[in-house]
Amino acid sequence: MAGVIARRRRNQRAFRWVVFVVLGVFFLLPLAAMVEFSARDSQTWPLLVNWPKLSDTYPDLADGIVASLEQAGLTAVLMLVLLVPTAIWVRLRLPRLRRTVEFLCLLPLTIPAIVLVVGLAPVYAWVTYFLGDSSSTLVFAYTILVLPYAYRAIDAGLSAIDVRTLAEASRSLGAGWSTVIVRVVLPNIRSAVLSAAFLTVALVLGEYTIASLLNRTNLQVSIALLGKSSATMSVAVSLAALLLAFALLLLLSLAGRSRKDSK
Amino acid sequence: MSGVAVHLEGLRRAFGSVHALDDLDLEIAAGELIALLGPSGCGKTTALRVLAGLEDADSGRVLVGGKDVTALPANRRDMGMVFQAYSLFPHLTALENVSFGLRLRGRRRDPGRAAAMLDLVGLSAHGRRYPHQMSGGQQQRVALARALAIEPAVLLLDEPLSALDAKVRVQLREEIRRIQTEVGTTTLFVTHDQEEALAVADRVGVMRAGRLEQLAPPAVVYQQPAGAFVADFVGLSNRLPGVVSGPVVAVLGTELPLITPAAAGRVTALVRPEAVDVTPDPDGSGRVLTSSFLGSTSRVTVAVAETLVVAQVASGQLPSLTPGTAVRLTLQPVPVALDPGN
Repeated sequence: MAGVIARRRRNQRAFRWVVFVVLGVFFLLPLAAMVEFSARDSQTWPLLVNWPKLSDTYPDLADGIVASLEQAGLTAVLMLVLLVPTAIWVRLRLPRLRRTVEFLCLLPLTIPAIVLVVGLAPVYAWVTYFLGDSSSTLVFAYTILVLPYAYRAIDAGLSAIDVRTLAEASRSLGAGWSTVIVRVVLPNIRSAVLSAAFLTVALVLGEYTIASLLNRTNLQVSIALLGKSSATMSVAVSLAALLLAFALLLLLSLAGRSRKDSK
Repeated sequence: MSGVAVHLEGLRRAFGSVHALDDLDLEIAAGELIALLGPSGCGKTTALRVLAGLEDADSGRVLVGGKDVTALPANRRDMGMVFQAYSLFPHLTALENVSFGLRLRGRRRDPGRAAAMLDLVGLSAHGRRYPHQMSGGQQQRVALARALAIEPAVLLLDEPLSALDAKVRVQLREEIRRIQTEVGTTTLFVTHDQEEALAVADRVGVMRAGRLEQLAPPAVVYQQPAGAFVADFVGLSNRLPGVVSGPVVAVLGTELPLITPAAAGRVTALVRPEAVDVTPDPDGSGRVLTSSFLGSTSRVTVAVAETLVVAQVASGQLPSLTPGTAVRLTLQPVPVALDPGN
């Protein structure tokens, strides 16, 4: 009996390693190829970390990076401002609407980006008319695009706490609704909010279709353009964006953990 | 800190076809502790939530200290509340939780107040602990301190002990009573536990289908229930056949005074188990069916002809009342209620 159990454990361990190695190769091989390819030109990486020189040499790329960072930040802020109070309000006052709101928020996931752009194009004609053709106006489209991921993350955070009781307790202590949201609910769904923000940033940094079809610029659009003139630089920038996303994920998970530990 | 009078006037609240509050009138004197008692769905929690401002009434008025607060939102009603569910803010320590309401009221300069409140509930050493580091009983104590810290006009307790184990419940309810007496805050305590209500309240309000069936001191509610529902709901009652003649009802051969006069005829009388004495007697008409040991007292079920009678006896009597023993039943001449359904 003991021999059978030991053999089963050995097999399981071997299976785990096989899965780990296969997945590792699957994920790391393309990254290794990107590193190798982008390093063929010895000037690529030194140039990438030298911002003044980079913006002189590739002004379009620099514009794309700045535009994407702006879009990511603004989208995250707009998403949080819209979604957090809505999700809390639906839970507290309109629980019957929860399924409907969830369905609405998941809709963008089911609509292909190209179809979304067809619908957005006439809307953006008005956006351009009122707000100009700045790339930052993409924030409105991106806020819709990130809804499915962000809503799920925030809703999961709210499910983990007794929002109703906490809100009622703070109301009875004299708190207005803004105080309830900012000082009671938000601190208790901090990791969910961070997840939603991270997903938003990651999604916006990787967005290409909408920006390209609406004739706006962002990181991915400029990488695609750069690919036509400098392949090594475009791969290097793609890799850097990917690493930035990884770093962000790591930072956020560390931040969430340290807060939990400090309790 | 002194209490203010509270008056709930003609409150109505319906959820679909269910009337949670049906023209409810309730007056609470300044500094008084009233317990609302009743079965699930009788409207007791709705009454408390309407008073707190967490629920809107369809009609009626809420007066606190003579002032109409019906239209005021919960955060401007000046009420402290302890909930059934643990309601401490998880990201704040016990001391920060207690300070929360004080800070909102701009009383940051009174750092001693929160600590004094924690001291009042016996948790001064736990100020730096987070809710997840405390037991359920400790969390409810902190919630009580938090509710009292803001010196509320009215303290509302919504089944605050129901999530706790039996021993902690008894300790904490006594503590609630001690603290309430000490600070003198007008208090509404909602519970479905009759023992709890009878133990802590100045007056007990028994509710049924959105209305108050009786509002009286605990001893009166228990000894002179206003009707069959109250007699049945508060404490155990035997339903025994009897015959009314004049001001008395004859039950098992004993004439008992009536709480409320009734027309002559056959009735069902509600007799408390502690009003039934059981004596072993070989010629007695009863037979012990079962006996249960409950600690200092015990309960025996006796069959008399077709009728089953539950009696409460001293546990010392139990060895002589084993199942099958022939016994004689004597009813004490305490006033009894009648079941109107009969």
